[in-house]
Amino acid sequence: MNDDQARETVLRVLHQVAPEADLGTVPSDETLQEALDLDSLDFLNFVVGLHHATGLEIPERDYPQLSTLEGCVGYVARGGSPAPTAGKAGAAWTSR
Amino acid sequence: MPSLGADMDAGTVTRWLVAAGDTVHRGDLVAEVETDKSTIEVEIFQDGVVDELVVPEGRRVPVGTTLARVIAPGEVRPGPRRRTRGGTPSPARRTHRTRAERSAPGTERTLSPVVRRLAAARGIDLGGLAGTGPGGTVTRADVERAASHDGDGRHRRTRSSPLARRRASELGVDLRAVHGTGPAGAITEADVRQLAAAAPPAAAAPRAQPPSIPAVPPEAPETATPAPAEPTPTPVRPDAGRQATLRKAIGSLMSRSQREIPHYYLSTTVDVTAASLWLERANADRPVTTRLVLAALLLKATARAARRVPEMNGFYVDGEFRPSPAVHVGVAVSLRTGGVLAPAVHDVDTLAVEGVMAQLQEVVDRARHGALRSSEMSDPTITVTNLGDLGVEAVFGVIYPPQVALVGFGRVTERPVALAGMLGVHPCLTVTLSADHRVSDGRRGARFLAEIDRVLQRPEEL
Repeated sequence: MNDDQARETVLRVLHQVAPEADLGTVPSDETLQEALDLDSLDFLNFVVGLHHATGLEIPERDYPQLSTLEGCVGYVARGGSPAPTAGKAGAAWTSR
Repeated sequence: MPSLGADMDAGTVTRWLVAAGDTVHRGDLVAEVETDKSTIEVEIFQDGVVDELVVPEGRRVPVGTTLARVIAPGEVRPGPRRRTRGGTPSPARRTHRTRAERSAPGTERTLSPVVRRLAAARGIDLGGLAGTGPGGTVTRADVERAASHDGDGRHRRTRSSPLARRRASELGVDLRAVHGTGPAGAITEADVRQLAAAAPPAAAAPRAQPPSIPAVPPEAPETATPAPAEPTPTPVRPDAGRQATLRKAIGSLMSRSQREIPHYYLSTTVDVTAASLWLERANADRPVTTRLVLAALLLKATARAARRVPEMNGFYVDGEFRPSPAVHVGVAVSLRTGGVLAPAVHDVDTLAVEGVMAQLQEVVDRARHGALRSSEMSDPTITVTNLGDLGVEAVFGVIYPPQVALVGFGRVTERPVALAGMLGVHPCLTVTLSADHRVSDGRRGARFLAEIDRVLQRPEEL
């Protein structure tokens, strides 16, 4: 999925979770929970919605990557694989 | 007209869901009633045949008004003379007895723990079960029978929530095609949405209808709501008048509470490391659709504590406290358009965490969409507010009369914790109790909070 498709998907699911929010004004780096007043049930519903829209399993340990709008877009665009800089180097180092 | 909460004195039948001649079963939805707070789906509490709809759609009538007459099986249609006002309750009157009323001591059907647990495991609503034991007691066999009827019995339709059915009709989804993931395979609204989303052509079109997603922003009924400051008009609740009446209803109930109930307040800080770890592990093995949130554990812990300290669980009516044998936890749900409703999650003490979670999601969703059921509105035995996420550290709530206690959970924050001479940083939250001094005192309140703490340290036992 390219970035535009990913963004469209994320925004659509967010709209389902917070129908009254103006998503155009969500700062790209503020946490979604703060920007949209999401509580834990809302956030879970958001993750479930993303799962249904993308088929990604989205384990809980990935939740931190979904905290901001940009984080979500990147996560969905990469198909759920870890951000390029973070995961790989660490994994290689520990497996040695 | 059933009383759907202590603050309700009248309601309007907006829609009849049955007609004269229809056969009804306990637990069936028979009417939609509009109150000052919300639209409620009214359940019937007896089997029988609808004889007459007395109150037409659109008429506002006081609580206690006979809405319909129902002839019980084997009962002869009563002649006019038998319908005296002060006499034995007419069938229709019994019809609208709420779960709360039935829970009152003396009228409560005895339910053994075994039966409750079995019913919970099988997803059977005990309120809708006719007992065949002595004195109408519900037996194990009754529950088993109800569970086995699920598959074939005609009147036991596919188990699905009203919201799920409504959404299914909106989205053009055939319920028979939906795989239920709720308790005992019940179809939830999420299941319907999932199927609708999976079917590409159907998915795009009905988006005009706002998809329903629940949330439980926390707040005490009386505290200023920081959240929905600018209530953009949503299609969900188009009538602005509703907001005004809801605000008024909340105001009058809370005023009554402050006037009548001598509140006392306690608070304690609970280390939720164990609960968080347990959740993390539980969720690691779960698909995203069945994951749990901390709120479900907090409800369970509250219900357990309420069992141990019964002075927190029940109603203060006619100058005396009536403890409730069941624990139905009211959950304060803040509506995004403003206002709070506190519908019940039923039998939290006996249900598994998964069952509590499913009910919680369902109830919050329905509260947001004006589709609560009569039992949910009328029978919480204790209320929980502030399910933790929107920032405040502690919430001291106002008790919902005629209940006698309200529990508030604050935000989970990392705090320094001294333990065995060592300093560590642990996730903690502040639990508060507002309780009725006519019923209990600080010592029992302290015991109650200590019990919540104790239970949360052993989440695996929940």
